[in-house]
Amino acid sequence: MAQRTTEIIVGLFIIAGCAALLVLALQVSGLTPKSPGETYTVYARFNDAGGLTPRGKVSMAGVTVGSIREIVLDKDTFQAVVAMEINATVDTIPTDSSAIIRTSGLLGEQYIDISVGADEASMKQGDAFYSTQSAMNLERMISNFASGR
Amino acid sequence: MIDRIASLGRTGLDVIASLGRSGRFLVGTLAGVPQPRVGLPLLIRQLYSVGVLSLAIIIVSGLFIGMVLGLQGFTILSDYGSEAAIGQMIALTLLRELGPVVTALLFAGRAGSALTAEIGLMKATEQLSSMEMMGVDPLRRVIAPRLWAGFIAMPILALIFSVVGIWGGMLVSVEWLGVFEGSFWANMQSSVEFVDDVINGVIKSIVFGFVCSWIAVYQGYDCIPTSAGISSATTKTVVYSSLAVLGLDFVLTAVMFGNF
Repeated sequence: MAQRTTEIIVGLFIIAGCAALLVLALQVSGLTPKSPGETYTVYARFNDAGGLTPRGKVSMAGVTVGSIREIVLDKDTFQAVVAMEINATVDTIPTDSSAIIRTSGLLGEQYIDISVGADEASMKQGDAFYSTQSAMNLERMISNFASGR
Repeated sequence: MIDRIASLGRTGLDVIASLGRSGRFLVGTLAGVPQPRVGLPLLIRQLYSVGVLSLAIIIVSGLFIGMVLGLQGFTILSDYGSEAAIGQMIALTLLRELGPVVTALLFAGRAGSALTAEIGLMKATEQLSSMEMMGVDPLRRVIAPRLWAGFIAMPILALIFSVVGIWGGMLVSVEWLGVFEGSFWANMQSSVEFVDDVINGVIKSIVFGFVCSWIAVYQGYDCIPTSAGISSATTKTVVYSSLAVLGLDFVLTAVMFGNF
């Protein structure tokens, strides 16, 4: 086979490999070339953070509005302090909204759901949710049920 | 009795000596200044015979493995009512495990055995020693292009395998078994991480390519220069490459996905 034809075919082979990597990146793993955009940080204190992990979802009415940045333990009150990054475009969250830990599906991962309040003032950078609901603990529910509520 | 123990010891020392020879062989092949004008055409010819000619078996195997994953996965997941998770299952299985490992096994069987037989025949017909007589280093001229072609071709073949497998799985689940196409792709995209899954799979295939190519060219270079020797070297290439790939796969999986 002529050298030139071989070179062209090998070049096509390498291009096919790079194209496969691109397909895997964009179509299969859903990597979007969007910039992260502006966000502001709010905090929430939970008695039990459950299975929340950094980069977890924060949603409102089922729409993802942000992600969890970090979860630390407050050594004085022994509560979990969760720092969340909310998209800057969602800047009308009432200050009396509550943060609830929910599970997506039966075996799914846990995420934070913001349930809107009625206040006119909105949450800003550095604010904290004063009303929170911790993760549902299956063992506690079962023992409550078994001991006759 | 003493003779048996002595021969056992001799076999052990032979294995260790062989490992040492393979190390020196690798260093001798990879060291040295590359010469693009002479080396690149050789590399391209080897890439053609090692990579492009393996495409047929890789694509067909990838397609069928993807289709089987779709079929089996659908049967199992429908017991739990989670057919929509089939995309996630196919993609993660292929990207993390089956893509790199099955490609490496097929590569060892097809390209590895071909490399071993070719180099072994060159050694048996004295071509390698006559090259040395003429002052041409056979490691640089014959072995190094084949080694580098194996390193470069394996990750590309593994990526193509994964993509064709996912497409085959989509064909079976969405077109034939009726899974909703939107949730198929949405579940897959939300659970496949580019760095954690795709890149880890590529790293695995690079390691497997290194190991399979090294074993293949070394067995050819080190074989007994008779026809029986060549056939035994070809068998050893396939067996050792397969065992090494499966063993390394466990180690790499533990390191990458073990959450330690």
